Amino acid sequence: MPSAPTESTKVKNRRPRQAVHFGEPLPLGAHLCRASWLCGPSVTWMMLFLVGPLLFVVAMSFAQRGDDGEIVWRFTTENYARLFGQGALGFDPVQPLILARSLGVGLLTAILCLLAGLPVAFFIAGLPHRWKGAALTLVVIPFWTNLLVRTYGWQLILAPDGWIARGLRTANWLAADGELYPGWPAVLIALVCDYLPFMILPLYTSVEKLDPALEEAAADLGASPLRAFWSVVLPQIRPGLIAGCVLVFLPASGQFVIPDLLGGAKLALLGNAVQQQFGASRDWPYGSAIAVVALLVMGAGLWLHTRVTRGRREVALP
Amino acid sequence: MKTRRSPLTGLAAVLVFVFLYAPLAVVLVFSFNVARHGTMWEGFTVDWYLRLLNNQAALAAAFNTLQLACTSTLFATCLGTALAYGISRYEFPGKRLFHHVLHIPVFIPDIVLAVALLLFFALVRKFLAGFELGMTTMTLAHITLQIPFIAIVVRARMADCDPQLEEAAADLGAGPWLTFRHVTLPLMMPGIVAGSLLAFTLSLDDFVVSFFTTGPGATTLPILIYSSVKRGITPEIHALASLILVVSAATVVTVAFLRGRTEVKR
Repeated sequence: MPSAPTESTKVKNRRPRQAVHFGEPLPLGAHLCRASWLCGPSVTWMMLFLVGPLLFVVAMSFAQRGDDGEIVWRFTTENYARLFGQGALGFDPVQPLILARSLGVGLLTAILCLLAGLPVAFFIAGLPHRWKGAALTLVVIPFWTNLLVRTYGWQLILAPDGWIARGLRTANWLAADGELYPGWPAVLIALVCDYLPFMILPLYTSVEKLDPALEEAAADLGASPLRAFWSVVLPQIRPGLIAGCVLVFLPASGQFVIPDLLGGAKLALLGNAVQQQFGASRDWPYGSAIAVVALLVMGAGLWLHTRVTRGRREVALP
Repeated sequence: MKTRRSPLTGLAAVLVFVFLYAPLAVVLVFSFNVARHGTMWEGFTVDWYLRLLNNQAALAAAFNTLQLACTSTLFATCLGTALAYGISRYEFPGKRLFHHVLHIPVFIPDIVLAVALLLFFALVRKFLAGFELGMTTMTLAHITLQIPFIAIVVRARMADCDPQLEEAAADLGAGPWLTFRHVTLPLMMPGIVAGSLLAFTLSLDDFVVSFFTTGPGATTLPILIYSSVKRGITPEIHALASLILVVSAATVVTVAFLRGRTEVKR
């Protein structure tokens, strides 16, 4: 019976680990007492400044906007209806488009990151052991530098009189008055550059664990390299692949700075819509509804991520 | 992994690294460019860095940023370390649930956290006279952002430590305080330093949360850069941005070095 031992370990794990504390068994009460003064302040802090405010946003999303932008506490689901297309004159596609565009941009960024990240993951995994750490550090350094600076770095690179734009014009791939930003390509380039580390790290973790013998066996059995990659390598790196895609998709679809600086007003994503409602439009309840939808998207993604990595979420942190 | 990869993989990887560093390199290069406008190279100068020293707005923003980063990192390190220690050594009801809560700030879109805190501070302001948006609210927001990062890094370090070392110390007659001071704390130290350095860069580079929770007069460097980008960038901003880049990169390299050294020791 293979299920019997797992059952017994489960029961064992459910009991508090009270055996070891400075060599003495510790009763449950002492556990609680010590945990409360060690964890209590942080738990209280996170409840007050994270969970509370988020719940407040959820509550606000069911409120109404008064005529002068003040908040009227009368229950309504109007904000959500508006986000999903209900306008004053029937179906209004502007708001649902923002949602669809955000999800699409997130998905596209994840795919592009995957294509760019795969060679890097294999490259680092193939390096001699002492170089691996350095290469991984090289991957995460840009992530920890200022996002604004990186974004305006792209503005400089893609500037109308920059050498990329001039080169494209000489090759007649860009109209004489054409610009590389604001627009889709610029937003995607910056997003991919920004979130590549999120893809490379989990991919690398999976590639590291690959069993090279299986790939050799596939080759010995006559599989072409492509076939071997598709049916032998890919299934093995699937957890890292899905984790990476989720980790790129989530922040990319909620980005606010990059579409703001490189996309212009026409390419607003969820993040820009939230900013618009909390800034110029001053419709906090509607802005809250958009934020709640962004949260729900995040929750769904995280649920998928936890399932794929079986709870080992520490790999996620660069 | 001993399988031979085609040289194309290496070439693609190098290209991706160039792509990753291109925006950073461009900003660094332009901070030494003589040209005030345009993207043409006209000669080398350090003039823009020297001019920063006379730029009152930039100096004030730099002071605010450092003050904010130092204060919030100090508080977050204390709270986060105690939390990591408590979580990895003791049991309490709702621990698993709280573990999930702790990961929210890591994954949540910045802007959602920012508006949630803005709403919360606006609510507090209604009931508390004299509570204004500014440095205080930004500090509170940054601590909230930092606690999980520190707790996660320290906890990962604790998981690597052998609890038997503590037991051995206790067996040899050390009391709880001596054991903590001479065994547990030194073991945790690399994690605490790495976590607080990461939290420091997090605060230094944060724009979205600061932008929403700040008030009149409390400008940080990222906010200053944002408004300059919106108005039109000057080479002085390149110099300022380059300095921030160098500080962040140096911090991350230090963290990597600390982590690498402890891994070799194991």
